[in-house]
Amino acid sequence: MTARVRKDYQQARWNEPIIYELSLPGSRGVLVPEPEHDVQEAAGDVLARLPEGLRRKELPNLPELSQKHVLAHYLHLSQETLGSNITNDISEGTCTMKYNPRVNEMLVADPHFGELHPDQDEDTVQGMLEIYHRFAGIIREISGMDEVTFQPGGGNHAVYTAASVVRAYWMLKGQLEQRNEIITTIFSHPCDAAAPATAGFKVITLYPDKQGVPDIEALKAAVSEHTAAIFMTNPEDIGIYNPRVDEFVKIVHGVGGLCFYDQANANAFLGVARAREAGFDMCHFNVHKTFGTPHGGEGPANGAFCCTQELSQFLPVPRVEYDGKKYRLNADYPNSIGKVRDFMGTAGVILRAYAWTMMMGADGLRETADISVINNNYMLAKMEGIRGLDYAFRGNGIRRQEQVRYTWEQLKQDTGVGTDDVNNRIADYGIEHYWTSHHPWVIPEPMTLEPCETYSVDDIDEYVAVIRQISDEAYRDPSFVKAAPHVSASHRRSDDAALDDPHKWAVTWRAHLKKTGR
Amino acid sequence: MKETVYPYIANSAPSVKKRMLDEIGIKSADDIFAEIPEHLRYKGTLNMPKPMLSEYEMRRHVEGLLHRNLSCQDHLSFLGGGTWQHYVPAVVDTIIERDEFLTAYVGDAYADHGKFQAMFEMASMVGELVDMDVVNTPTYDWANAAAIACRMSARLNGRKEVLVSASVSPKRLAVVRNYCLPDIRVVTVAFDHRSGQLDLKDLEAKLSRETSAVYFENPSYLGFIEGQGAKIAELAHKVGAELIVGVDPSSLGVLAPPAQYGADITVGELQPLGLHMQWGGGLAGFIATRDEPKYVAEYPSLLFGITPTTKAGEYGFGQVYYERTSYASRERGKDFIGTTTALYGIAAAVYLALMGPQGMRDLGLGIMQRTAYAAKLLGALPGVQAPHFTSPSFKEIVVNIDGTGRTVAELNRALLARGIFGGKDLSQEFPELGQSALYAFTEVHQKDDIARLALAIDDVLTHAPVMA
Amino acid sequence: MTAKLGLIVNPFAGMGGRVGLKGSDGKETIRRAIALGARPEAPGRAVEALRALGDLASGVDLVTYPYEMGEEEARQAGFSPTVLGSIARGETTPEDTERAARDLREAQVDLLLFVGGDGTARNVCSAIGRELPALGVPAGVKIHSAVYATTPRSAGDLARLVLEGRVGRYQDAEVMDIDEDAFRQGRVSARLYGYLKVPADQAHVQNMKSGRAQGDEAALVAIAEHVIEDMEGQMERLYILGPGTTTKAIKDRLGIAGTLLGVDLVQGKRLVGADVGERDILARTQGVPATVVVTIIGGQGYIFGRGNQQLSPGVLAQVGIGNVLVVATRQKVIDLRGAPLLVDTGDPATDQSLRGYRRIVTGYHDTLVYRVDG
Repeated sequence: MTARVRKDYQQARWNEPIIYELSLPGSRGVLVPEPEHDVQEAAGDVLARLPEGLRRKELPNLPELSQKHVLAHYLHLSQETLGSNITNDISEGTCTMKYNPRVNEMLVADPHFGELHPDQDEDTVQGMLEIYHRFAGIIREISGMDEVTFQPGGGNHAVYTAASVVRAYWMLKGQLEQRNEIITTIFSHPCDAAAPATAGFKVITLYPDKQGVPDIEALKAAVSEHTAAIFMTNPEDIGIYNPRVDEFVKIVHGVGGLCFYDQANANAFLGVARAREAGFDMCHFNVHKTFGTPHGGEGPANGAFCCTQELSQFLPVPRVEYDGKKYRLNADYPNSIGKVRDFMGTAGVILRAYAWTMMMGADGLRETADISVINNNYMLAKMEGIRGLDYAFRGNGIRRQEQVRYTWEQLKQDTGVGTDDVNNRIADYGIEHYWTSHHPWVIPEPMTLEPCETYSVDDIDEYVAVIRQISDEAYRDPSFVKAAPHVSASHRRSDDAALDDPHKWAVTWRAHLKKTGR
Repeated sequence: MKETVYPYIANSAPSVKKRMLDEIGIKSADDIFAEIPEHLRYKGTLNMPKPMLSEYEMRRHVEGLLHRNLSCQDHLSFLGGGTWQHYVPAVVDTIIERDEFLTAYVGDAYADHGKFQAMFEMASMVGELVDMDVVNTPTYDWANAAAIACRMSARLNGRKEVLVSASVSPKRLAVVRNYCLPDIRVVTVAFDHRSGQLDLKDLEAKLSRETSAVYFENPSYLGFIEGQGAKIAELAHKVGAELIVGVDPSSLGVLAPPAQYGADITVGELQPLGLHMQWGGGLAGFIATRDEPKYVAEYPSLLFGITPTTKAGEYGFGQVYYERTSYASRERGKDFIGTTTALYGIAAAVYLALMGPQGMRDLGLGIMQRTAYAAKLLGALPGVQAPHFTSPSFKEIVVNIDGTGRTVAELNRALLARGIFGGKDLSQEFPELGQSALYAFTEVHQKDDIARLALAIDDVLTHAPVMA
Repeated sequence: MTAKLGLIVNPFAGMGGRVGLKGSDGKETIRRAIALGARPEAPGRAVEALRALGDLASGVDLVTYPYEMGEEEARQAGFSPTVLGSIARGETTPEDTERAARDLREAQVDLLLFVGGDGTARNVCSAIGRELPALGVPAGVKIHSAVYATTPRSAGDLARLVLEGRVGRYQDAEVMDIDEDAFRQGRVSARLYGYLKVPADQAHVQNMKSGRAQGDEAALVAIAEHVIEDMEGQMERLYILGPGTTTKAIKDRLGIAGTLLGVDLVQGKRLVGADVGERDILARTQGVPATVVVTIIGGQGYIFGRGNQQLSPGVLAQVGIGNVLVVATRQKVIDLRGAPLLVDTGDPATDQSLRGYRRIVTGYHDTLVYRVDG
């Protein structure tokens, strides 16, 4: 069927007051169980026994609403949000916004998961431990690595865990002072630089060559006896697989450095290419991306960090182990970096990811990879000819994999409409705002799209049609596009400078009232 | 042979795939993967369990695994120590199960206006609880919040040492230690083993112009309330150090927020505010400060502010950002910002809106009453010292059984057999406390539950030790 | 408070280029260009830039000079300008540009928009320096100064943001002095002339996923801190700081009164030589460990040869090529669009030894590996 563009779309716009404005003093949303009379009597005046200055003098200033009004308010706000399950979210490139199956939410809602305390006797959580263990086995197989931890709370956190492991490795060798540099590339995720910097390393960044692939000659110039490791994303967000990635590894290994593989962009390579065969010592996955768990509006999430046997001694504790009969938690690893998060990590993400993977199986993962790259290349072909649009490193002779970084530079030059404007306008078609690029914008006016395997050919056709439509609008009536969004839940911010002004910004309602004199 | 058509993969139907391949002008995905050199291609088939293609089979399998667990609904639990069993109102679950919130990500505050408003309201309500004007979008957990606060402090005053109470959660301390490496020293300060209160003499001896910050928790990990906050603040400020205090916000309906006794940065855990424990996966950490550029500039999290739009009277939201250009210290940027726990922040907002001021007070008061009641019952048992610490507690007490000649491990095994999860064994984490356990009492515990606990412990102690 | 926009158009800018003449300074060159059929480019570019201000026309006070120096272009774009000064119509000179700039400074405009090329930028710079925010609308031949927006429209867009009060950051940008005669004979001989204060682009980009990248001001401080830390570890080493906005940030951070356009010597974090020439440098670096600190000058990516000729092949030979430290903000490197850094020391052998991959310090303990060509 011909592409359907939602011409009459209108997002819910409730003009919803801030919850404090809905407050009706004296109202209650939920009542708390009162202790029995005996309990109260035996306890006595507990507040009077509090130390001087520790007793709260006034009740906290929270809004007061009856239950229905709280529910309605937040339902209104939810209607003013475009979760990927309800929209054509090809938009959020690098984020892999695949379908988050509802059945997995039912598993999470099961009290046999939700009401587990992490300090319970191991015998009482054998089911949970088994899920962790099985999923670790799956991740080991997919990556080819020897050991896994699920403790990190997201991709960045897994990269930070990698940096901590690299640091521990060199500390144990007594060479940390000398091995103080980590190499990355400009198109790798910013955390591949920021996390090692946080961990104390100096960062060396490589630029790409003319094809848009990290420059291997630059790498040769960058490595030395100071190289602790390389942290690289492959494929990078521009969608190009580095065909010499194993040579990069060899070069770094050649100076004794370690190699970490940022696999946030793993979706197209499940069963196709692994970290192990490329020679990496460590890798990670964004479990909430590749393995179909919901993004939560920016979390909760999980980063699975994987490494070789040699590096596993540094993994955070405790680790889930199986002795042939029972699953156990083992914290007896003296060289462990300790912990990067309390308890066992975001167990709900692991549960959902395990469920998703068990439904897909090896063939399903491979199909995921296949369709991801087919979808993306189909979309790229359909985008051809849209005025003002190009894509990074066109004509470099390398096919894109699962993502493309487009550029609206020509549109901006011709009409003054740039990527931020297009991105605001796209919401007027019921489509979530797209991902432009990490900062800094090496590719000008960027737009990064990822039609992962969830999206149908009709979704892709719709998306292309909308992009074409907006391009036409920009050439016809640029100021209309620059004033978008028009039918979204809210209109354009009108005073961005105020957000950077200490006299004007307000991160809380109380700050807002103070600064607006109310 | 890929015959299966997957419900989660829209284009896996063969005719659709063919149409698309034709459009691209290739035969299969392998033509695209041809960009990957042959020697890097994975040749085999992943060795994975046989898939359960139908939703029914998969669900049955996973639920089968889950039902091997005994939850805190199956057994009576008194576990705490960083994550606690509280009642989650139905409306909270309803809201965070909504696909709109659940599956959103990083869209701007136009199509995702609702998410931003919910996060702003969370910051606003948490801000009122802690009496501070700036609250971040939540980080991974309390531990990371504390760790981040230490680095924020180091950046803003250029100093390289933090003093941490020895009574803080050892797991949180482990996260802080790793995060402070390599350049920020973490030094512990002693606490009194009877009262639990921070040893001010030790603090004073360790404070210097090198101290970036002092960190303690209130209530402490071991349950007691620190009453010397104002004095600690004074001592820290005298040497120009920041005071960071970690809190359990479920206490802030009845306890004074640290800002009111001198804290500069407040951190804590959102889990008690409407989040199921999820085996330790329900955590979300918040960081709050005064509304001063020197603090705002140091947050490595996204801060969302309320702001006008082109339509008069409409609320809009955007990122608040302040870049300090005169560094006090040579820190390389603001750590890293990534996906953390936004949805849990929304849960906390809904929870606080339902509870309101009176609800938080009722919650806090009731918890303290139950804890005091439990202390009385358990303390009356022969050989049992409850609470171990003399200072008042909020929701947790240390119960010491040295006087019984038994170990906590034995006791807990016996309690388990009686359908009870006993308090967390502290004998490894705090050997100086002997055979002690950390017991938590919240609004989910009724009088009969506590009585049952006391009876069970009594029962175990008066019988011969149970063999492992 | 109505925003005030100052406008200066150099009507003859860019005229030579279309007819194959390089540069367009001097009455004779202009006469020849006109004879060859050249038409003024700048007025059209000016109108294009002003049109991008759109509906602001009514709400902004536009102040300019008579006739083709701005008045006509402003009216054409829908403005009702305030006109200052007087000129000889059809015979405008660089002095007119300088006078106009001074008059607009007196009028206290919020932004001085000038339309022209390197010469125009020089005139504005010598008149007002960094006292006023300024921004160039390109209308010249290949422009070397970094004070120009990429297109007339983008200049207009940025001007609009300034006038709406939505730009909070300004940064120094280089004005280059091109020897026009040499230029016409095919030799590029450029040197750093001075700086203008231009509005920072990308002023308010939101990033809802991982936060914004470091702004230029913060980046400059970070780079400075990196170099200063280096200095603190080697107090006897002589640091030879070339001109440029980034090296200037190091001098500012050290709190030393270095020269804006010259080469300064720093040792033990103190200024030990200001605006030194090649001979001085050679004398001072005899047997003394030294580091030459250079940055990208102008919009073409030169690190040697465009304003730091004092850092001669002789100096580099004595100091040692291995002791060359390149500093630049990441944004400046990105603005090169992948083109390599360039060197032009005057000696092919020295140029050759500088070629290859070098580290550029872009922040504190943060470097970029980038290609250098001759």
